[in-house]
Amino acid sequence: MNIVACVKQVPDTEAQIKVKGDGSGIEEGGIKWVMNPYDEFGVEEALKLKEKLGGEVTIVSVGPARTMETIRTALAMGAEKGIQIDDPALYNADAYATAEALAAAIKGVPYDIIFCGQRAIDDDSAQVGSILAELLGIPQVTFATKLEIDGTAVKATRPIEGASVIVATSLPCVITATKGLNEPRYASLPGIMKAKKKPVDIKKAADIGVTGASKSRVAKFTPPPARPPGKILCADDTPEGKAAELAKLLREEAKVI
Amino acid sequence: MAKGVWIVAEQRDGALRKVSFELASTARKLADQLGEEVGAVLCGSGVEAMAAELAKYGVDKVYVADNAALEPYTTDAHATAVAKIVKENDPAILFLGASAQGKDLSASLVGKLATGMATDCTDVKIADGKLCAIRPMYAGKCFGEIVIDAFPQMASLRPNVFPIVECAKAGEVVKFDAGLGEAKTKVAEILKEAAGKIDVAEANIIVSGGRGMKGPEGYGILEELAGLLGAAVGASRAAVDAGWRPQSDQVGQTGKVVSPNLYIACGISGAIQHLAGMSSSKYIVAINKDAEAPIFARADYGIVDDLFKVVPALTQEVKKLLA
Repeated sequence: MNIVACVKQVPDTEAQIKVKGDGSGIEEGGIKWVMNPYDEFGVEEALKLKEKLGGEVTIVSVGPARTMETIRTALAMGAEKGIQIDDPALYNADAYATAEALAAAIKGVPYDIIFCGQRAIDDDSAQVGSILAELLGIPQVTFATKLEIDGTAVKATRPIEGASVIVATSLPCVITATKGLNEPRYASLPGIMKAKKKPVDIKKAADIGVTGASKSRVAKFTPPPARPPGKILCADDTPEGKAAELAKLLREEAKVI
Repeated sequence: MAKGVWIVAEQRDGALRKVSFELASTARKLADQLGEEVGAVLCGSGVEAMAAELAKYGVDKVYVADNAALEPYTTDAHATAVAKIVKENDPAILFLGASAQGKDLSASLVGKLATGMATDCTDVKIADGKLCAIRPMYAGKCFGEIVIDAFPQMASLRPNVFPIVECAKAGEVVKFDAGLGEAKTKVAEILKEAAGKIDVAEANIIVSGGRGMKGPEGYGILEELAGLLGAAVGASRAAVDAGWRPQSDQVGQTGKVVSPNLYIACGISGAIQHLAGMSSSKYIVAINKDAEAPIFARADYGIVDDLFKVVPALTQEVKKLLA
């Protein structure tokens, strides 16, 4: 089975995000970069599938030079090879341009199933996997928490508000992974050593025939609105007294209960 | 020239979902500023009667695709139908809800319509005749103002954030053929959760518990308070990773990003990734025995005390208020 897993390098969840003074982006200095946590679920599922059915896992990523580290992490987890699309034309790419680049790169390799994270935790767009499926003209299941494959038949479970839906489709398809699908493995030391020798193809936008042109842009980044300082409730020192004070404030001041 | 502000109405089990009215009201506001019409796309089986409800919230025309193959929702069938009618009518703006269904459908539409979209917006406005969509990024650690240089300018709107405003319009029904081909995806089964459970992404009030709950049994007092308030029960990543609560309840950067009117954080210290996911709540209450916990810096009201004493006392106070 030919399996593709798309990954993105993002700031760690514990990273503080500072907006540049001119609002043109975020300050990247001091940020610890990691594989997008939702993509890790995709890579893990790809590896599990390979271990069960045989085949190869190809990692595809769009990003600048530092992205290589994330591709190597996926290779150390057990993937066979990588494709990195590194072109300044794509550094601020929106979801459409990113998906277009991924689709163009993936068209050059055989694939039966493609994994993406349900969203990247930096831009939170939650679009790339779906656009990719549309551009390749194959079905998709997003936000998958469970996946079963039998021959070319695919069953994937996705949570919606108040229910879970089991969607049936067929290979080839795109699956976007969310928490619950699996527990991603850590790269082993031998895995990390082996990953250094695994092939990664670095491509420019022109090599895969895309321009990198986006359909949307972030005109301005702003820090989140400041919250006014809060009150520590201490009119009465007992838990009951504090609870009574809180209930009163929520009712009379905040008017939310 | 693209014209009109459109929405994709969301319905499930024979009823429009609340987010549909939020979308309609928001579309009406922007359409009035542009001097244009509001259109709504409504897909499903036996859904035509819902058009009148949309009209109440400012929809001029409701484009209805009534087809058994559109029920229950599949990405494939709904995206095909919506893309077809949108291409035929060329609206300038298209809103969907950032609900589970709306996120899925909208992303597929971006691909079919070759356009751009701002996901999970908390504000939208018109600037220089174009849509300017404001949205949290990095789970709310910063915000972005998104401009879309293609049509339709798409945005998915976060549920529970945009006000519902009545504004009766004609709601003229225009039926269209969904143009469905062979179905690539089908729904094999729908597993419903316990009736009455409120999803954190849709709740007006969330009572959330973290590591300080000490174990799954600790959530009983939160369930009781939540039940009284009509609230959802949320959880921090620590509580979900410990297996105390289901993943669907997780609030934070790797869970759900929420904006309820009231967020009550119990025994949650306030890791950056959790704060990112709930800081856009209107009011935040923190109950934690550690006075140094970072959560207090974001809270409107803080109580430094044992949550196992405070929460039951709060439940009693709420009972009195509601009596």
